[in-house]
Amino acid sequence: MMGDDGASKEFWRWKECNSRFEEVDWRGGKVITAGVDVGSVSSQAVIVVDDRLYAFSSARTGSSSPDSARRAMDWALEGTGMTMQDIQYVIGTGYGRVNVPFADRAITEIACHGRGANYMFGDTVRTVLDMGGQDCKAIHVDDRGKVTQFLMNDKCAAGTGRGMEVFADLLGVSIEDVGDLSLDVDEEPTPVSSTCVVFAKSEATGLLRSGWPKEKVLAAYCSAMAHRVVSLLRRIEVEADFAVTGGIAKNRGITKRLERELGLTILPTTYDTQIAGALGAALFGQTLVQRGKGRKR
Amino acid sequence: MVTAGIDIGSKSVKVVLLKDGQVVARALARTGFTPREAASTAMGAALEMAGLRREDVARTVATGAGRKEIPADGEITEVTASARGMSSILPEVRTLIDVGTEEGRAVKVGEDGRVIDFVVNDKCAAGSGAFTEAMARALEMTLDEFGRISLESERSVPMNAQCAVFAESEVVSLVHSNTPKKDIARAVHDAIASRLVSMVRRIGIEEKVALIGGLALNVGFHAALERSARTTVTIPDHPEYVGALGAALAAAREERPT
Repeated sequence: MMGDDGASKEFWRWKECNSRFEEVDWRGGKVITAGVDVGSVSSQAVIVVDDRLYAFSSARTGSSSPDSARRAMDWALEGTGMTMQDIQYVIGTGYGRVNVPFADRAITEIACHGRGANYMFGDTVRTVLDMGGQDCKAIHVDDRGKVTQFLMNDKCAAGTGRGMEVFADLLGVSIEDVGDLSLDVDEEPTPVSSTCVVFAKSEATGLLRSGWPKEKVLAAYCSAMAHRVVSLLRRIEVEADFAVTGGIAKNRGITKRLERELGLTILPTTYDTQIAGALGAALFGQTLVQRGKGRKR
Repeated sequence: MVTAGIDIGSKSVKVVLLKDGQVVARALARTGFTPREAASTAMGAALEMAGLRREDVARTVATGAGRKEIPADGEITEVTASARGMSSILPEVRTLIDVGTEEGRAVKVGEDGRVIDFVVNDKCAAGSGAFTEAMARALEMTLDEFGRISLESERSVPMNAQCAVFAESEVVSLVHSNTPKKDIARAVHDAIASRLVSMVRRIGIEEKVALIGGLALNVGFHAALERSARTTVTIPDHPEYVGALGAALAAAREERPT
């Protein structure tokens, strides 16, 4: 097949990261909780101290969920001086949430994304679009981040991060650059007509053969993907304020096209959009500890 | 009279030459990105095989997804072509399942190759040959090996992913967890077969059932389809040429293109 030849560089491979907010003094904290989101493509761990985000990590999910959870947690703890003993409650979420061995409880990622988005974007957010590695969810939340309605596609790679990775690989463009490059066209081309990522890949190969530059092919794919996601969103109706979480939220080729098609502005955030689920999980942990659950400090 | 049927599929072009109602040549070429060239290559090979010249061919009818991209005297849909071709080989077939690289189809065939009803999936790779190709590649096997090895499996491993892209990650996890390749191969074939059968049920599964198209050459898929449909599935000789044969027959009857 085309595009698989000489693919020694892994263009899909996004940067793993960890980070912490030094202004939070965890040693003086009363309630310390963690959330671990084991997704099908990426895993995140978040540590929250007295309702404030303190540290997080984001890493590729490996073949074992427990190992991926452990790795993300260790990486979030790195350099903090904190150990697992300091954490009073751990909540697992995401597709591998029942396989987080050190978790006290599991909560669905829908609930966690709602809660996490409320923290990241504020109380006014009503519609959250989570574009993950292998699924896409449209969620309605109230002013406390409680989920009131949701819709989800987890059956098909069209409209997911995994589909975008396939295209990054096909075109030999690093996943971080795919979005910006797709905007580098004078005029929007006809969207790729195949829904299925496998077929879209052959379609794109044909377009490249017929002389389309990479950015035009990417524009055609991004616009098809945005269109598909909008049709999911319309089924629950988009209520402002509107926020996007997950890895694809970092892809301007998609977010710009979503804004254009919906006629709405996406709420900005300074946080890493991939941590919404784990952050929500850690915040649920805060509530539980404040109600008397978990270990004492 | 000599007539030609050309089936332009997404992966390969098939040509059948008929002389006075008898098949005198079959040839195949990869479609690539130039279906016109591929058709000409396959046609040239078929003519050579039959010892004929291009001007000996009285009429040419095209079928397949790319049928509009080549010059021909007429064209018919894949559904009509496959039903007609099938009925000339095995007239008792009532349910015809045709699975190619990028399409899965089922046709309810009446007497004389009449099409009573049909269903098509050309939107999703999960029920098509592209799925097996991707999975065989993930396991670093040829398609042939991939089909054969699945017959050795006695264990059914569930596949959760419906999507071919997601299934690839699932196959990688199965490999990491040391699941034998034969069991993975069976799981893949079972997954495609069950997707396909649930589509075929929409028109009803009436015996006799036959399988044609490129996937008919895969012994593992054939076994999986019989398991899933709970019936015997017949494969005619040269199952990948049935559509081209139907087109050649249509050309011989000098029917108006549909």
